[in-house]
Amino acid sequence: MEKHCTDSRVKGVSTGVSKPAPEYVSSKTINKVIQVHDRIFCCMAGSLADAQAVIKSAKFHLSFHSVQMESPPQVIAAASVLKDLCYKNKDELQAGFLTAGWDKKNGPQVYVVSLGGMLISQQVTIGGSGSTYIYGYVDAKYKPNMTKEECLQFATNALALAMGRDNVSGGVAHLVVITEKGVEHVVVPGDKLPKFHDE
Amino acid sequence: IMFEETGPEWLSEEVKTGTTIIAIEYDGGVVLGSDSRVSAGDSVVNRVMNKLSPLHDKIYCALSGSAADAQTIAEIVNYQLDVHSIEIGEDPQVRSAATLVKNISYKYKEELSAHLIVAGWDRRDGGQVFATLKGLLTRQPFAVGGSGSSYVYGFVDAEYRRGMNKQECQQFVVNTLSLAMNRDGSSGGVAYIVTIDKHGTEEKVVLGNQLPTFFDQ
Repeated sequence: MEKHCTDSRVKGVSTGVSKPAPEYVSSKTINKVIQVHDRIFCCMAGSLADAQAVIKSAKFHLSFHSVQMESPPQVIAAASVLKDLCYKNKDELQAGFLTAGWDKKNGPQVYVVSLGGMLISQQVTIGGSGSTYIYGYVDAKYKPNMTKEECLQFATNALALAMGRDNVSGGVAHLVVITEKGVEHVVVPGDKLPKFHDE
Repeated sequence: IMFEETGPEWLSEEVKTGTTIIAIEYDGGVVLGSDSRVSAGDSVVNRVMNKLSPLHDKIYCALSGSAADAQTIAEIVNYQLDVHSIEIGEDPQVRSAATLVKNISYKYKEELSAHLIVAGWDRRDGGQVFATLKGLLTRQPFAVGGSGSSYVYGFVDAEYRRGMNKQECQQFVVNTLSLAMNRDGSSGGVAYIVTIDKHGTEEKVVLGNQLPTFFDQ
């Protein structure tokens, strides 16, 4: 999930990966937040094999684009590249992405590329199987123009709640804070996540 | 050329109360809440249905799932409780009502697809909430159900605290219903709230435009 705070962006994602049937968790510590450029990150959702393949292609297109433009790519450029791949191959692929980053022209931005290849910009967005459980929480608790610390707390809480209810989400929470100045990784292991009333 | 005269799709779709339902216990009573949308496929066939159904004076149940199944279970249990309360000569316990619902849900679990949350007040144990999903019976401090409940698990996990008073519970229920109704296509309309304590039962309706709004509305 991602959040857009005043001058930075916080992306958070939980790390469990599992196969639907038979039910087992193939990896507890996979990283689903991928850096596609210096100040642009993507969260993968859906079939991870498809998502990884798409991101690999997108990274190449983006770095080529950036050389042609002689400047770092805009966040919307990264999102568009992903969208084109998802839309043109919509019959074969099952991958969605949350793209977030900072660029000089428009500052911090968050984009969603959904399964069929729709691209929209939002202030806050959530995705993945665990996201259904936290729509209510995010709708209720998100306020525009939060500070970085508030954003981090909000993202961590939301991830913890989703991981608590979704049996295929879990493991470790990865958060990435992207600002004009740089990129900061925050990793929260399962036992350090906030606990709620029934735990 | 063939002229098809099949009529609108919704006439042949099963009528479901898609729904969001919630019940929460506080010291001295319970608060139940539900939305009001009844859908048949893509159509809304009733936008003002009250899904909080009385089983006895101080025991209500919240209906979700197949509308016919849920209503029938509620009617049958209402009858059984009437007989039972005459036999024991006093008001029935909430646990008894929940057990009667559970008995039907469990025995006919393959044929029925309805989930009822039973909540009420009795002299022995005060306010109580019971979940009867798929034929189990469990007492909980609060319970959510229906298709809209998935979207608010995170919210209720975060916001629920023990020891809330009546007003806080009512606000909690209204907030939860509003969030779920905003996200779930099968939930919507108005919110019905029922508060039960030792003094009696109070029914309230919160109209659509009076529901709390959140940042993107």
